[in-house]
Amino acid sequence: MDTKDLSLLATQVRRDIIRMVSAAASGHPGGSLGAADLMVVLYFHTLKHNPATFTMKGEGQDVFYLSNGHVSPVWYSVLARSGYFPVPELATFRMLDSRLQGHPTPAKGLPGVRVASGSLGQGLSCAIGHALGKKLDGDENLVYVMMGDGETEEGQVWEAAMFAAGKKVDNLIAIVDWNNQQIDGSCEEVMSLGDYPAKWKAFGWEVLQMDGHNIPEIIATLDKAKSLTGNGKPVIILMKTDMGRGVDFMCGTNEWHGKAPNKEQTERALAQLPETVGDY
Amino acid sequence: MKRFIPTGKIDTRSGFGKGLLEVARENDNIVGLCADLTGSLKMDAFKKEFPHRFYEAGIAEANMISMAAGLAVEGKIPFAGTFAEFATARVYDQIRQSVAYSEANVKIAASHAGITLGEDGATHQIMEDIGLMKMLPNMVVINPCDFNQTKAATIAAAKYKGPVYLRFGRPAVPVFTPEDQVFEIGKAVKMIEGKDVTVIATGHLVWKAVEAAEILEEKGYSVELINIHTIKPLDKEAIIASVKKTGCVVTAEEHLRNGGLGDSVAQLLALELPAPLEMVAVDDIFGESGKPDELLAHFHLDTVDVVEAAEKVMARKR
Repeated sequence: MDTKDLSLLATQVRRDIIRMVSAAASGHPGGSLGAADLMVVLYFHTLKHNPATFTMKGEGQDVFYLSNGHVSPVWYSVLARSGYFPVPELATFRMLDSRLQGHPTPAKGLPGVRVASGSLGQGLSCAIGHALGKKLDGDENLVYVMMGDGETEEGQVWEAAMFAAGKKVDNLIAIVDWNNQQIDGSCEEVMSLGDYPAKWKAFGWEVLQMDGHNIPEIIATLDKAKSLTGNGKPVIILMKTDMGRGVDFMCGTNEWHGKAPNKEQTERALAQLPETVGDY
Repeated sequence: MKRFIPTGKIDTRSGFGKGLLEVARENDNIVGLCADLTGSLKMDAFKKEFPHRFYEAGIAEANMISMAAGLAVEGKIPFAGTFAEFATARVYDQIRQSVAYSEANVKIAASHAGITLGEDGATHQIMEDIGLMKMLPNMVVINPCDFNQTKAATIAAAKYKGPVYLRFGRPAVPVFTPEDQVFEIGKAVKMIEGKDVTVIATGHLVWKAVEAAEILEEKGYSVELINIHTIKPLDKEAIIASVKKTGCVVTAEEHLRNGGLGDSVAQLLALELPAPLEMVAVDDIFGESGKPDELLAHFHLDTVDVVEAAEKVMARKR
């Protein structure tokens, strides 16, 4: 898929996010919108995966873990649109009996999800575990994980960071959605991340940075990250994004972290996100 | 009459180490993780024989548990070992989300459980762990009684697909169950047939219950002794069948009364077969430093306490 198609798809994914959250009258649109470009590039360009042969083990394929599970809408949209489950199932988001729980879980049998996430700080550790398993099996494919920036206030993240570097888990690419927003305010206000790249470097990681809304740059940075694997160090990409990107009144603020738009707001949002590959 | 003659005294954690090594020789998917307590957990033999399948997590239990979940998703059978306090209370959220809710095939190997951890005191003497673990959906909770049973339980846990909490202890205790026993998760072991009182014991308290049964028999009572290594799923049929016969029950465990074996048995009987029940357990207090045997006596978890509870519950029956 070329850059233009990826971009069109990202617009549709953003539309899905608004429609899902609006229909459920709950959910997390802000972080979902901000991560849409990355998630589209991952699932439609970078990841070596085959939805038709999905297994928990992911033998012979790359695997992805979502640690900040509250951005489930963006994940569900890219999973459905890349063929893990029927796209119309997106309409069941957060409804009773749905496989699309508020936060992702494998417990309902949704293909593409390998571990539950929602309580923050655990996904990097899970991804490391999976990466260790791949090494034991001699499977040279990669493990990817996305975290939120606020999420990295959790101490477990730094336990995992220390382990991955100390034990040379070099088949792992972590991505932090560095939008500098969290529920109670900006990260600076809530808990300063300080010199964030320096922190990861000091823990022994290869650190890359990118603009999470520039699709060619996302592609190039992920390629660069892949080229850095297998060299004895885990790789992390600090991805600068705007929370709420794509909808003007949601963009760059924490106000829409976990709030659904009302009917009028939904219409205003969707007017900015034209249908590109077709609504569910 | 001595029904059970111990063949020696060994700690149950050594049974875990032996079982892990044996099952790891049969199955390449077995991996081990430990949080800086490899010697205490008796995982050193496994580490030596399978260095590439052993992960030293350092003093970082949360990361260890979630890594174990990732390893399980990838198809491995991870045994994550540390002291019971750090294996449960410290990492409850990780176990709840990454393991139990995710139905990850992780085995939590918890040593130094209960009061008999001894001199280190209450910070390390967890007596809430069975309760914490049994409350989690999908979690199997096993608390074996001696070296042989712990070894058998470890092998059974490896063969079972799903999350397991395997609880064992620090001190050397009598070895009295068969070396080649069949261990069936969720299946109680009837050690003595009797008709006056049912004694249901788990973990280190099974031996105390054996000693108590001998004393009670000398006093003329017929004791039915059930060794219940699996707290969850509880062998309801075995308990109901026994209590139908005896009409009263004593439970014995090295755990708080809240959340323990007694609490599970009480719930079962209240719903299905109300009967007098006495619990040998610790009642809503923290432990303290001391030698294991002194502590068992001090916290009323000793042979004499099982005898007194049995006499009391039989009296309540009349």
